Amino acid sequence: MKLIILENYSQASEWAAKYIRNRIVQFGPGPGRFFTLGLPTGLPRDHPESYHSFMWNNFFKHIDISPENVHILDGNAPDLQAECDAFEEKIKAAGGIELFVGGIGPDGHIDTNEPGSSLVSRTRVKTLAMDTILANARFFDGDLSKVPTMALTVGVGTVMDAREVMILITGAHKAFALYKAIEDGVNHMWTVSAFQQHPNTVFVCDEDATLELKVKTVKYFKGLMLVHNKLVEPLYSMKEMGAESNQSKKPYSD
Amino acid sequence: MPSNKSVSDAPIVQFTNCRILRDHQLQREDLWVREGKILNPEKLFFDEKGSADVQLDCKDSIIAPGFIDVQINGGFGVDFSLATDDFRSGIDLVSQKILSHGVTSFCPTLVTSPPSVYHQVLPQISVRNGGAHGAGVLGAHLEGPFISKEKKGAHPEHCLRTFEAGAFQDLLATYGSLNCVQIVTLAPEMRRSSEVIQELTKRGICVSLGHSVANLSQAEEAVQHGATFITHLFNAMLPFHHRDPGIVGLLTSDKIPAGRRVFYGMISDGIHTNPAALRIAHRAHPKGLVLVTDAIAGMGLAPGRHTLGQQVVEIDGLNTYIAGTKTLSGSVATMDTCVRHFQEAIGCSVETALEAASLHPAQLLGIEHKKGTLNYDSDADFLMLNDSLYVQATYIAGEEVWRQDVLGM
Repeated sequence: MKLIILENYSQASEWAAKYIRNRIVQFGPGPGRFFTLGLPTGLPRDHPESYHSFMWNNFFKHIDISPENVHILDGNAPDLQAECDAFEEKIKAAGGIELFVGGIGPDGHIDTNEPGSSLVSRTRVKTLAMDTILANARFFDGDLSKVPTMALTVGVGTVMDAREVMILITGAHKAFALYKAIEDGVNHMWTVSAFQQHPNTVFVCDEDATLELKVKTVKYFKGLMLVHNKLVEPLYSMKEMGAESNQSKKPYSD
Repeated sequence: MPSNKSVSDAPIVQFTNCRILRDHQLQREDLWVREGKILNPEKLFFDEKGSADVQLDCKDSIIAPGFIDVQINGGFGVDFSLATDDFRSGIDLVSQKILSHGVTSFCPTLVTSPPSVYHQVLPQISVRNGGAHGAGVLGAHLEGPFISKEKKGAHPEHCLRTFEAGAFQDLLATYGSLNCVQIVTLAPEMRRSSEVIQELTKRGICVSLGHSVANLSQAEEAVQHGATFITHLFNAMLPFHHRDPGIVGLLTSDKIPAGRRVFYGMISDGIHTNPAALRIAHRAHPKGLVLVTDAIAGMGLAPGRHTLGQQVVEIDGLNTYIAGTKTLSGSVATMDTCVRHFQEAIGCSVETALEAASLHPAQLLGIEHKKGTLNYDSDADFLMLNDSLYVQATYIAGEEVWRQDVLGM
């Protein structure tokens, strides 16, 4: 894995944004060639306004994306399992997820794969852990009774199938989860640890999130920042390079 | 552009690179318009999977709801209180010209006139939507003749009337018809005014207090019977007195019925009201302030003599007096000048100044669900302004109806 340690939340966000931008440019998307970006559903779909508004206001309205290319799990579908299966099919049809970007819960979960989720699970209905319900309360005016207890989630296995995984971890309250994810063993109680077995993982975090890691680990990866920062240097834009796809070699591999 | 799978075939326009006035703040958001209404882009994206057909770069303009002028007596040589043969074309001319001032809806105002004038003129005023032909007509504002002799201002004394004999029937007989009447200004101290106010309010007509010597309790009683507006605050009423604030006291009265708000018109042309007085009123009751022009026929024309109903008016610069006197009669201010002057005099935010000319008049007339805001599903009547609040372009129902000529020709 690559562990990228930045000073604070905004720097971590900026590094991650630049990395994603570079990956898209390197991939060279075009008609019929989609860069498939995976994002966690996270928020339970029972309150449609919350999740769709969140995604619209924070992402879709700022980018040039065609609505047909947006696929969101529908928590109100009549047959939820069929909805989940169809979602897996859509991922296959799009050529698989190129890059999955996600966060981590304080209990070490990825999307809503709560502790105890199978590390080879697929997209399915999941009951939420108390930790997640508490975290989601902020989207329901702090009223716990309004927070849905079930959610549709992509599986750990589904994310493992992505060609690259990027996990964003910021804040001291996530420090223990980060420790469990990268310094301890692969364990279904800390589902993010599954990515130790993924060939291409990037963890982007801030100083506070490293509080539970060994000093040795932090020093090692900070020492690599010179090399890692090359990954976010500006590339020639697609327009400047013309219509041919730019399959430049990745400057650094795992 | 990607193929559009929206439910309607109507083109969708996305105004980008602008700051829009929404939720009382200037926000950096795009404005989406379809079929003459403001569109919700989120619904469009998720439910209809639609996208914009046309994207317009607004070059960092401010986009605000169109101005609504609820007191305008005429302009450009047209006098709404004169029963001429080509009255309708007069309304058309004014409604077209005020687009450049940012006004997208207005209430043609008639000053105190003999009944014959009302009977001839009112049937020729019809409520209609705005468009390329001009600003929308919301309905007439009848200022008088049921007003006080002592505070007649520029209104002709021989046309003043009372309704003590037949109350509402007298009023109806005087005006002839109330079909397209939106606002009536009267003096509440007149006998039987309460009945009249109630009857007018029942018919959805906004009752305004003005040209009156009412004390605060008389004014409060009028509000309790349904009055919701004050015509040009401070002018043509008793001055504020600390033991009897008069109509001005309504701004901070505790006898206003719950859930109701009293609005008050202010002519912020720099002449009718001293800036300090403007600030006092605004600080006392900021949410009720409605900017009006009270413009007369001479507005938009060179200085000289013009009419205002039965009176002759002399214009000298920004001052408009009854010929040979020092009695103010209307103004030659334009709405956008009023907004700019207001913002400067009060020192308030751009948002506050813009809302005083759009949101507040819409709330006064109870039409804020479709006018006066940029909320989703509202009528797409809006303006593009620069940072100094000069109107660059006017849009009605999503169509551009006026644009500032860059060459200034």
